[in-house]
Amino acid sequence: MIASLAADGMPVIAAPFGQALNELAQSNDKIVGLSADLAKYTDIHVFRDKYPDRFYQMGMAEQVLVSAAAGLAREGFQSWATTYAVFAARRAYDFICMAIAEENLDVKIIGGLPGLTTGYGPSHQATEDLAIFRGMPNMTILDPCCATDIMQATKALSAYKGPAYMRLLRGNVPDVLGEYGYQFELGKAKMIRDGVDVLYISTGLMTMRVLEAAKKLAKDGVDCAVLHVPTIKPFDAATIAEAAGKTGRLVITAENHTIIGGLGEAVAAELMRRGVHPTFRQIACPDEFLDAGALPTLHERYGLSEDAVIRQTKNWLSE
Amino acid sequence: MTTDENSRSNVSLKERATRIRRYALRMGEVQGQGYIAQALGLADVLAVIYFHAARMRPEDPEWEGRDRVYLSMGHYAIALYAALIEAGILPENELETYGSDDSRMPMSGMAAYTPGMEITGGSLGHGLGIAVGGAMGLKRKKSDSWIINMLSDGELDEGSTWEAAMAATHHKLDNLIAVVDNNNQQADGASQEMLGTEPIHEKFAAFGWHVQRVDGNDIDAVVAAFDGAKAGEIAKPHVIICDTKMACGVPFLEAREKNHFLRVEPQEWAEAIKIIDEGRIS
Repeated sequence: MIASLAADGMPVIAAPFGQALNELAQSNDKIVGLSADLAKYTDIHVFRDKYPDRFYQMGMAEQVLVSAAAGLAREGFQSWATTYAVFAARRAYDFICMAIAEENLDVKIIGGLPGLTTGYGPSHQATEDLAIFRGMPNMTILDPCCATDIMQATKALSAYKGPAYMRLLRGNVPDVLGEYGYQFELGKAKMIRDGVDVLYISTGLMTMRVLEAAKKLAKDGVDCAVLHVPTIKPFDAATIAEAAGKTGRLVITAENHTIIGGLGEAVAAELMRRGVHPTFRQIACPDEFLDAGALPTLHERYGLSEDAVIRQTKNWLSE
Repeated sequence: MTTDENSRSNVSLKERATRIRRYALRMGEVQGQGYIAQALGLADVLAVIYFHAARMRPEDPEWEGRDRVYLSMGHYAIALYAALIEAGILPENELETYGSDDSRMPMSGMAAYTPGMEITGGSLGHGLGIAVGGAMGLKRKKSDSWIINMLSDGELDEGSTWEAAMAATHHKLDNLIAVVDNNNQQADGASQEMLGTEPIHEKFAAFGWHVQRVDGNDIDAVVAAFDGAKAGEIAKPHVIICDTKMACGVPFLEAREKNHFLRVEPQEWAEAIKIIDEGRIS
């Protein structure tokens, strides 16, 4: 189902998170992995298979998954705990908050199936995880876009000693940013392409979508910039405000997340605080429990597909 | 401090417990409140942990070779501070700051505030899960230190406690001792009337633990239980269920209607301390 995130002809990389973690683990014996009966589905099976004695299977028990990750971190280990984003954000929240974030421990929570990346319905669609975690002090929050982004972000997270939540794209993950000479930096937004008519401020897989949309819009004479914001917290407000402050561009935020409490509202608040007032629109999931179904259908229905991005952009430009 | 060093001063565990009670009452007097009934009830167990069972160096609370003593029930902080003062980890003169602005001794125990406070407790049902990870970490390091996690009987209501109980057995964490303060009192009433957790012994046994149940106000029994757990003969996680009496040691408070947050009138703190000083410990 995740493979369907890739547009036709897009290159893919298998299990980029697992590969990156293995590379790190080779030179850092403090790295340990844990999962709650979802190793195979969060790409940490790659680590488990290479370093079986450094991997803890915690069973389908997310509260002890993250608590044990905290206990290991207390003893000097760097814990990487994986589950689905819904279970990390909803079920394990109090434990992540008090056992990990309040104590500022070096634990990385990796959440699979972020936003709308499964057709299973609301039980598996973590459409509000960014909103939930943004309110948690001390947490670094990442929403990488593609395989290159995930691999670089994983390395940056390991170098950073503190609690973090990263949204995960798993399996054969499209590789998009490689061709733009991109380099992930923790806490930094990156201008991927410039343009004079529209500024997309995007995160996660929506950066992939707006980049593809920008190519097509260029053929119609619409010149689009794309500012990728893989770090949701700490938020690179200065870069975002500077880009949004360039006059004449329609500013569109794009995120694989509910319209409430994610990237779009974070951008809006920062622009208000800084007195930057462009025309502003949001591409995001509606404030609803989303339908089950085939992912391409759902992305089209809720405005996250490439075609939907183009359609919404043109509509807003013609307002 | 090793166990041998712990006992070098010839101060009896009973005297340690008395002093812990006295420090707790003095803190309660400063603030005019505090979970004093729990502190008085747990004082004997704390005396055994800090002056018999746990390996520690008071001058170096983060010594790598120490046993880690976790306080899951953060509202018992007043009790732990009293033990830490008696152990020489906290200075006695800081007692006056208990619960005050900028104090290292806040009303609920938090790791960042207080030397010797290993974890941030208070969100009940958290400690045992963290203890699972801590015990895993110690084994990874091939350390012979122990995790001693104190939890309240109310925390047995939390599903997370039982997730942790299963995990401890599954991961063969025989370096973990859970100490349940079973005073049969929760916020809304008697624990067994809130959510029936008995038979506690059989539940832990069914989860694969080495279980001992003792009178938590009988110092010799508590000592024997810790010795039994730390003897290294039983390759299971260990739980010591300590049946304790709320407000133990101050008869007029023991007799008061049972309450999670025991009512103490302003002049009664001094009266309670006087009783402790007179050695009228029931």
